[in-house]
Amino acid sequence: MKRSDFLYLSGMSAGALMLPNLDAFARHIDPIEALDGMDVKLKKALADVALNTARSKGASYADIRIGRYLNQFVATRENRVQGVANTESFGVGIRVIADGCWGFASSNLVTKEDIARTAERAVAVAKANSKIQGSPVQLAPQKGLGEVSWKSPIERNAFEVPVKEKVELLLQTNGIAMAGGASFINSAIFAVNEQKYFASTDGSYIDQDVHRIYPQFNITKIDRASGKFDTIKSSSTPMGMSYDYLEPRAESKVNGIVTRYKDHYDILADVKEVTAKVDEKMKAKSVEPGKYDVVLDPSHLWLTIHESVGHPTELDRVLGYEANYAGTSFLSVDRLNSKKFNFGNKNVNIVADKLQKNSLGAVGYDDEGVPCKKWDLIKEGILVNFQATRDQAHMIGLDESQGCSYAQSWADVQFQRMPNVSLQPGKDKMSVDDMIKNVEKGIYIIGDGSFSIDQQRYNFQFGGQMFYEIKDGKIAGMLRDVAYQSNTQEFWNACGGVCDESDYRLGGAFNDGKGQPSQSNAVSHGSSTARFNGVNVINTARKI
Amino acid sequence: MAILTKEEAQAILKKALSYSKAEECEVSLQGNEGGNIRYARNAVSTAGDISTMSLGISSTFAKKTGTATINEFDDASLEKVVRRSEELAQLAPANPEYVSLEGPKTFKDSKTYNATTAAVNPDIRAEAVLKSLNVAKEAKLEAAGFLENTNSFRAIMNSKGLFAYNKDTDVSFSVTTRNQAGTGSGYAEQSYNDVSKLDTLLLTKIAAGKANGSAGARAIEPGKYTVILEPLAVSGMLSYMFNGFDARSAEEGRNFMSKKGGGTRLNEQLFGENINIYSDPFHPDLPGNTWNGDGLPQERTQWVEKGMVKKLAYSRYWAQQKNVQPQPSARSMILEGGNSSLEDLIKSTEKGILVTRLWYIRMVDPQTVLLTGLTRDGTFYIENGKIAFPVKNFRFNESPIIMLNNVEAMGKPQRSENMMVPPMKIRDFTFSSLSDAV
Repeated sequence: MKRSDFLYLSGMSAGALMLPNLDAFARHIDPIEALDGMDVKLKKALADVALNTARSKGASYADIRIGRYLNQFVATRENRVQGVANTESFGVGIRVIADGCWGFASSNLVTKEDIARTAERAVAVAKANSKIQGSPVQLAPQKGLGEVSWKSPIERNAFEVPVKEKVELLLQTNGIAMAGGASFINSAIFAVNEQKYFASTDGSYIDQDVHRIYPQFNITKIDRASGKFDTIKSSSTPMGMSYDYLEPRAESKVNGIVTRYKDHYDILADVKEVTAKVDEKMKAKSVEPGKYDVVLDPSHLWLTIHESVGHPTELDRVLGYEANYAGTSFLSVDRLNSKKFNFGNKNVNIVADKLQKNSLGAVGYDDEGVPCKKWDLIKEGILVNFQATRDQAHMIGLDESQGCSYAQSWADVQFQRMPNVSLQPGKDKMSVDDMIKNVEKGIYIIGDGSFSIDQQRYNFQFGGQMFYEIKDGKIAGMLRDVAYQSNTQEFWNACGGVCDESDYRLGGAFNDGKGQPSQSNAVSHGSSTARFNGVNVINTARKI
Repeated sequence: MAILTKEEAQAILKKALSYSKAEECEVSLQGNEGGNIRYARNAVSTAGDISTMSLGISSTFAKKTGTATINEFDDASLEKVVRRSEELAQLAPANPEYVSLEGPKTFKDSKTYNATTAAVNPDIRAEAVLKSLNVAKEAKLEAAGFLENTNSFRAIMNSKGLFAYNKDTDVSFSVTTRNQAGTGSGYAEQSYNDVSKLDTLLLTKIAAGKANGSAGARAIEPGKYTVILEPLAVSGMLSYMFNGFDARSAEEGRNFMSKKGGGTRLNEQLFGENINIYSDPFHPDLPGNTWNGDGLPQERTQWVEKGMVKKLAYSRYWAQQKNVQPQPSARSMILEGGNSSLEDLIKSTEKGILVTRLWYIRMVDPQTVLLTGLTRDGTFYIENGKIAFPVKNFRFNESPIIMLNNVEAMGKPQRSENMMVPPMKIRDFTFSSLSDAV
C-alpha cells in the first residue's frame, strides 16, 4: 500500500519517463485525434441509460461521469528527447445511492448495454454495503441545471501545438543550461485536458472542458572533486491554462533577486538565471540553526498554505473520513462553531475559491453538479468555514454544498477535494523590498522544496530552492542546508505582514494525494510575499 | 472478462504482431479486475468495483519509436493500433538510447496468483469489514479502514520471438482505530497475495490495543534515542534509499552511491556488517513476477552483503554503454533479520522508544538521504525492558544510511508494504521536535 500523502512530480532525474498521475490503462493516441470531442447528444443519451437503469434497480439517486482524459508528456534531458507520450483514457463512472448507501462502479466500455451493466454493478455494491451502513446518506439539495457547459478560458491549446515546437523549446532550454555550466538538466512539458460530462437524477447535464499545463526543468550541478551535487528547479508552476502559459509577457515578470512569474512564464530567461544560481547555491554558507524571521515568496508559501491551511480545513478530515490515510485535523466543528478560534493573527485572511482565473481548481461545476463559488475560510485570523460536498453539508449546518467534489478520472469515485485556498494580499501598500528592509535577522526563501507535516496538521517542516540571508534589512548572500519547523497555529499567529496585491501570484501542484485508493487533485494557492517572525530554522547537512 | 488465460493472451498478441511492418515491435496486454471498500466513523463511506483491459504497442524504425494503446480487441482495432504506433514512430525524434529488443527466453513460473483471492466479491469484502467494525465497536473505538483486492494479468510479446505471461492477485487491508476523546490512535496493515491469510479481526485488535495504549501520551524532550522500529516504520525509512541503487545516476555523480572523485561506492562498508539485503521473486511471503517489462528475467539478487552494496541496477542502455549485463532495478527488497520477537527487542532495551509507524516521510537532502517525517498511531517509552508509558509523537530527521550503521538487534522479517523487513533496534535515532498530533 502506498503511503504518499502528496504525490508530487519532482526528482525528474529518477525517471522522467514515468508518466505521473496517468491512468495505467490510458490509451496512447495521436494528438490530432484528441481534438475530436464526443457529441453532447450522444453523451446525454448514454447518461440517461445509466440514470434510468440505476433507478429501475432501486437507486434513489444516481450520477454518471463520462470522461475523456487526455495527457501529453514531452520529456527531455540534455540534448536528447527521452519520450513523447500522448494518452487518452475514456470510460464511465457511475455512482448511486441505494438502500441509503453509496455504491460506485466504472468501466472502459461505453456502449448503452455496457453502461446499463455498470449501473447494475454500482447498485449491487451499494446494496452489499448497506448491510453494514450506519446512518443513510443525506444529500444537500441541488436543483437540476438542465443542459449547461463550461470551458477553461485558454488562448492556445497545448494539444494543437506541434510536438516539434515543444521539443525545440525544451532542447533550447537544456542548451542554455549546459552552456551555463550545468552538469545535467531534465525538462518536460506536461499538458492535461479533462473532457467530462456529468449527469444526475437531479436533472443536470453538464459538459466541461478543462485544461492544465506544467512546463518544468531541474538543473543538477556536480562537483566531482568534493563528491557534492546540488539542484535547482524551474520557477514555473502548474497552471489551469494551456500553451498560453509558455508565452512570455513583460507584465508577468516579477523582478527581484530572482525573477519570478505570474500568468505567463519565460522558460528561456528562467533557465539562464537559475543555472547561474546553482553555482551560488553550492558555494553558499551552511545555515546557523536558530530563530529567524522568514520572508516567504509565493513560489514557496503556496505549499505551506496547502499543507497547513488547505488540508486541515477539509471537512472530511475534520470529521474523520480520512483517519486511516491522510489523517484527521486539529480543527473541529466545535472550533468552527465557537466563531472565535484563533487560527492566525489579523493579517491572516484566507479564501477558498473555485472561480479564480488560470488556477488549477477553477471549473464551472464540481463532480457532483454543484456550481462553483468562493468563500472565506479564515477571516482576520478567525476560523469561519470548511470545505464540503453534498453529503457533508448538513454536518456543519449548511443548506447547500460548497462544490468541493472531484474525481481524478472516470474510473475513480468522486469525493471531497481541496479547492484553491489562498492567502489574501495585505491591504496596505508594501513591496518585498519594504518588507525585507525591516527584517534584522532573517531568511528570504524562494521556491518549494522538501515538505512534511503531521496527520493532524500541527507540526511541519519545509525546505526551499533558494535561501538568502537577511542581515539588518539587507540581503547578505545565499545560504544552504535550510529548513524551518513550526506549528500551524503558532506560525500563522506569527505572521508579520503580507505584501500588497501587486506581488500576488499562484503556486500549485497537479498531484495532491488523498483517499483510498489514492487519487490526485490539482490545486493552486495564491499569495503575496509574507513575513513570519521568530521561526525555528534547522541545518540539514549530514555526513554519511 | 478482463482476465485472460495464457493462450487467450498469446492469441491476441500474435494477431497484433502479425500486422506489424516495423523493424522492431513489442506488444503488451494487461487486464485488471478488482474492488475496494472504505469505511470511517464505524460505517462504510465509499466502495467501488473496476474492470479494465488494455493493449499497448511500440513500433520502432531506425531508433524512432512510437507507442499507442487501445482497449478494443477485434481484428480491425488491432490493425488500427499497430498502424497508429507506426505513424507516431515516423513523427518521433530518434532516441540515441534505444536498445534492440530482447530475444526469446524461458521464464520460471511465478507464485503470484491465488484462486481464492481472485474470487473475492463485494459480499466477501463487506463481511471482512464487518468483523473489523465489530471489534472497534466492542472496544468503544471509532474505526476507519480500507480493503482492496486485485486480480490482474500481464503478457508481453515482441518481434524477436519473446513471450511472457503472468497472473497476479493481491489483497491489502489497513485499519485505524481512535478513541472517542481523540487522545489515542492505533493502526495495523497487511497485504497478501493469498486472501485466506488475511485476518481483519486480528489486525483490528492490534490497532485497538495501540489506540487504547497510546491514550494520554506524555511529552518527552526530542533528541537522540535508542528506538525500536516496527516493520512499517522500517520499510518507510528504507524505501527512499533503494532509488540510489542505480548505476547510471551513481556514476553520473548524483546520488548517495556516487564516490568523491568519480565512480561509485560499490563494495565500500556503507552500513554495519549485520546488514544483508536481497530481492527474490520466489519468496513465499512476497512473491513477484519472474520477468520485467523489458523482457529480462527477475532472479534472486543480493544487493547488500555484510553492509557493502554489491549490486547496482543497470538499464539495458547503460549496461550496453558500460559493457556489462543489464540488471533489473531493485524491487520487493528483503532485509534479513534475526530470530528475536518484537517483545525480545523491548525486553533487551533499558531506555528507548517504540515506534509503530512513520508518516509523511520526505527526502530533505538526496546527497545524504536525510529524511524527515513523524511517528504516528502509537509511540511508547521503554524503560527497563518494558513499555512504560505512551509518548507524544516526534518529528525525526534521520538518514537510513546512518540508521543502518546503528542497528543493535533485529527480529524476524515480515511483509511490510512491498518489502520484507524485521523490527529493528537502532541507537542514536534523531528526533528533532514534538508534534501534538494524535
